[in-house]
Amino acid sequence: MDIHIERAVRHGAHKPWLAVTLSVLFAGLGQLYNRSYIKGIVLILLELAFIITFRDFIGLGLWGIATLGTIPRVDHSIFLLVYGLLSLIMLAIAALIYILNIRDARVQAERIASGWQRPKLRESMKQAYMASFPYLLSVPGFIMLIFVVIFPLMFAISLAFTNYDLYHSPPRHLVDWVGFDNFVNLVTVPIWNQSFLSVLSWTLVWTVVSTTLQIALGLFLAVLVNDRRVRFKRLIRTILILPWAVPSFVTIMIFSALFNDQFGAINRTILSALRIAPIPWLTDPLYTKIALISIQVWLGFPFLFALFTGVLQSTSQDVYEAADVDGASRWQKFRHITLPHVLFATAPLLIIQYTSNFNNFNIIYLFNGGGPAVRGQTAGGTDILISWVYKLTFTTNNYNMAAAISLIIGLIVIAFAFFQFRRTRSFREERDQ
Amino acid sequence: MSRRMRSILEVTGIYLVIGAMAVIIFYPLAWAIGLSFSAGTSLYSTSIFPKEPTLEHYRWLFTSPDSNYLTWYRNTLYVSTLNSLLSVIFTSMTAYALSRFDFVGRRSGMYAFLLLQMFPVMMAMVALYIFLNLIGLLNTLIGLVLIYVGGQIPFNAWLVKGYMDTISRELDDAAKIDGAGPIRLFIRILLPLIMPILAIVALTNFMLPIFDFILPSIILHDKSKYTLAVGLYQFVNERYSSNFTVFAAGAILIAVPIAAVYLFLQKYLISGLAAGGTKG
Repeated sequence: MDIHIERAVRHGAHKPWLAVTLSVLFAGLGQLYNRSYIKGIVLILLELAFIITFRDFIGLGLWGIATLGTIPRVDHSIFLLVYGLLSLIMLAIAALIYILNIRDARVQAERIASGWQRPKLRESMKQAYMASFPYLLSVPGFIMLIFVVIFPLMFAISLAFTNYDLYHSPPRHLVDWVGFDNFVNLVTVPIWNQSFLSVLSWTLVWTVVSTTLQIALGLFLAVLVNDRRVRFKRLIRTILILPWAVPSFVTIMIFSALFNDQFGAINRTILSALRIAPIPWLTDPLYTKIALISIQVWLGFPFLFALFTGVLQSTSQDVYEAADVDGASRWQKFRHITLPHVLFATAPLLIIQYTSNFNNFNIIYLFNGGGPAVRGQTAGGTDILISWVYKLTFTTNNYNMAAAISLIIGLIVIAFAFFQFRRTRSFREERDQ
Repeated sequence: MSRRMRSILEVTGIYLVIGAMAVIIFYPLAWAIGLSFSAGTSLYSTSIFPKEPTLEHYRWLFTSPDSNYLTWYRNTLYVSTLNSLLSVIFTSMTAYALSRFDFVGRRSGMYAFLLLQMFPVMMAMVALYIFLNLIGLLNTLIGLVLIYVGGQIPFNAWLVKGYMDTISRELDDAAKIDGAGPIRLFIRILLPLIMPILAIVALTNFMLPIFDFILPSIILHDKSKYTLAVGLYQFVNERYSSNFTVFAAGAILIAVPIAAVYLFLQKYLISGLAAGGTKG
């Protein structure tokens, strides 16, 4: 007992605030004061290495992102922007490590002050290993995420606030920060707001109509095939799932040949057999839209058919038998038992169907390139937002507008997804329940 | 009697609907298959059953010096295999950390990444292009794989974590009492139990590079570096009407093995989907 008190008093001389201050001054100093020599030296070396290696790069990057260059043909604004963003990311990581360093110094110093005995080196190494293990596991994935997801996102957001287009493209010209001008132009300048409105409305129509139709067809067929009088169920299901199994880029390109105005089989074989005049599938926006929706339904219903079949098979028959006893009609049973059950059980996946069709670039681009072209607009007749962004980026080099539109799309989709995810259980903490 | 008649009529109606759907499903596919066996390159003379079926287009793909088909196939298999392997490794590591350890920023980080992932990727591609250029991996298959692997982590780590959470922690505790460290616990105890979900991760990441078209078309420039999707698209676009029969042949050689795998695995895909999708 006496020894304990004595030790506590002796260690009372150890001051946590001093450890914190030292660690703020230079990473590792606090640890040296705490007499964690190995940790302290490693941290000092880390900070020195960071400063020596990245000082110039970060200096250039920060200057670059603030000014976007000052001399045309010498300063490349976009590279400077990229350097700046990378510098910000590195600084953020360094700041994180720095904060952990300060926190570590304080916690350690407080422990020493309250009379804690330092374990043997071997023991403390083991503790450090266990404490840092989850970080070691997630750091590789985290670093990749930063460069593949976060950094491109920061870049896109930055571009939305610059004037980077064909007339302001490095190295010949400089790019400047312009604030919210792009967003204002999108709403006020005629060539932009007409395109924007027509593309946005078609995107919404496309999303709602094609997704709803494919869900309805999938459900209809699932209920039909599930009828207990139908035989050869396995064979029928295999046939109906087939469109899902074929790579979609292959099918879309086959469809674009089938619908071709001149040599496509639909005009030449089917319609001529029915004595209907050829239809301009690829040159009239309305017909292209009809074709696109039909193809998407063809491509999309098998997945939903499979999903609904799975749910129907696992549904208990008791409720239906009870309904039979009450004399319910078939429609009543479908309307009040099957439909709510199936839709409720699959709601998250159905919502993902809507969001993925909202951004369904492949079908629009591969079928007709968003065309036919429309006079006086920057978007084609069947461009949805995402394919319009692609055109603006890679064809007409309106990077700034493309970025601004991306930002708007992103916010819509994220808001939609956010409310959805909040409702799913996987996100609540399992251990809290 | 009238009731039986009604039932027969109904069943006939159901079969008619299914038959019509079968025709609609098979027609485009059969047309493409017929095309691939038609002589010549003209699309005008084609029908589902070519009068003189020929293998010339298939032979061209494999033997012509102008054809890069085998190179593209090899590139695609390389990217697919590497992507599948690396994705499983990184995803399971991340998921293990998320499922079994408490650490700063665990939950909010997961949330944030899943939402950020929903951002449309077009602009990101410009950034990735510049970034790959900066580190010298532009126009390489490795660069493509790195982007695929990084991009798939949020969704798949979430998927695997969900699966891992259903495995009882008592198993962990028992192993720890027996003196197993975290690595041994993971490899010996958890890994075998999460194999089913890792199989799905491996399969989807194997398929992704075969289907994907935008990203490789931006990152890869040389014909000798193309994957199948980009290669075949560019091939058709060069000379639309005259290359289409060869395209059909090339496309069928991709579609058949993939469709076979899907149909073979349909039971597992459906039950996995139903379980994963409806649990939420």
